Amino acid sequence: MKSVTTFHPALRALHWLMAIAIIAMLFIGVTMVSTVSSWHGLLVAIHKPLGVMILLLVVVRLWLRFTTDQPALPASIPVWQRAAAHLSHWVLYLLMLAQPLIGWAMLSAAGYPVTLGGGLVLPPITAVNNTLYALLRPLHTWLALLLFVTVMMHLAAALLHALVRRDGVFSSMTGAGKR
Amino acid sequence: MHNTPLSTRQRLVRLALVGLIPLFVTVFFLWAGGWLTPQRLSADKLVDVLQQSGGKHAGFRRNHAKGICVVGEFDANGNASTLSKAAVFAAGRIPVTGRFAIAGGNPQAPDYAVPVRSLALAFQQPNGEQWRTGMNAMPFFPVATPAGFYQLQSATRPDPATGKPDPQKLQAFLAAHPEAQPFFAWAKQFVPSSSWASDRYNSLNAFVLEDAAGHQQRVRWSMVPHTPASAITAADRQDADFLQHDLQQRLAHGPLKWDLILTLAAPGDASNDASKAWPADRPTINAGTLVLNQAEAQQQGPCNDINYDPLILPNGIAASDDPLLNARSAAYAKSYNARTAEQARQGERTL
Repeated sequence: MKSVTTFHPALRALHWLMAIAIIAMLFIGVTMVSTVSSWHGLLVAIHKPLGVMILLLVVVRLWLRFTTDQPALPASIPVWQRAAAHLSHWVLYLLMLAQPLIGWAMLSAAGYPVTLGGGLVLPPITAVNNTLYALLRPLHTWLALLLFVTVMMHLAAALLHALVRRDGVFSSMTGAGKR
Repeated sequence: MHNTPLSTRQRLVRLALVGLIPLFVTVFFLWAGGWLTPQRLSADKLVDVLQQSGGKHAGFRRNHAKGICVVGEFDANGNASTLSKAAVFAAGRIPVTGRFAIAGGNPQAPDYAVPVRSLALAFQQPNGEQWRTGMNAMPFFPVATPAGFYQLQSATRPDPATGKPDPQKLQAFLAAHPEAQPFFAWAKQFVPSSSWASDRYNSLNAFVLEDAAGHQQRVRWSMVPHTPASAITAADRQDADFLQHDLQQRLAHGPLKWDLILTLAAPGDASNDASKAWPADRPTINAGTLVLNQAEAQQQGPCNDINYDPLILPNGIAASDDPLLNARSAAYAKSYNARTAEQARQGERTL
């Protein structure tokens, strides 16, 4: 297997696009449920199509992740940090996949039409079921908060690699690496 | 790695950034979610103040808690299809799931105790979109803004000591909100009818219709009854559920009908103030007939799981600049989440 120092360009592009989309989504989510201003309706209207976009992108991204070569972490990184890095990445992938699906399922369970704007409607993926909605609705919130915390830890780790360690981990995702 | 080594100072500044950047994002996140601004009016606060007025009744809606489900259809005549591309207005028939209710948060309130009644409807379009609307049997809303509604609810909330609202608080509210005076004047002379079937239900809020070419028309709508009105009788006042019994009896004899009347705003009419009626001479369009065939108790009924959020709109109907719409949507969602969670805890709808 040939060793690479950066992620596949498509994977890098997807990473940064999804980073913006997911952080925007987390802010949209917490704002739309609390505000009573005209932001409420606008944010709800953005939340659903953006969620569908994230779902589609993460599927492509996971496929690329499994079919392209990944740069190895530098040997200088201690074992526990490697384990934490791998765990947090799989938590991130899982949440990116689960959150849109849970959102879609909870809207279906509540009988809400999953409208994406312009008359486009997704079919329901569960039957209308109050008990299921009562389970999925708070789950969507708790997983969003978990996702936010994980993204912040990922950001802190990335900054540590970029600014302090300068060990090529950050540049493996920017592609601007000097080795 | 061929990095020039960092000085101690550089290293400290960079380490600080590693911590400060995520911290800054987190503080911004908490601010966006309203956690840092407890004084800001939120959907939670609106639901809380309703609960303080009507009492907490687990498993029920926080407002318009007492009601009954109805099912039927909407027969569109096609007259409004020139104004809106929404499928609901194309000539034809689509199913409707609705709910009659009385205002207030107490699901045990006697029907005669509450003069203001409501009709909520969910129209199911063939393409999967829905039009949901919550209408009220009053000509205009007491206040123009969510803050005004919050203050009205706070001012009319029963005093824990007496169990009754404090008249001084209401006076202070009216002094601060002169826009509410027409509503109180209307309420004073209003004589409630003996039936949900004979009431006229109004959207109160303005909306925007959009046709296929993108032309927009601001409207309000009303369901205008075919059934003639009669006054509440002495016998009605003996029955805490006379509205429900009346509706069941009428439906046993045949369907009940309303015409969907769209009132078109003229260019100068404000669409952002539900406390003001538009002039009576505004043109109207009869868009079709609502036909209700059957009623069912809400606890097991088809309307139990429906949140009649006024911002669930099909393509071709959009929200106006009325600030109450966003507040209603946000607060209804909170109420819905709370009661569905309570119902799930109570065991699948044993209420």
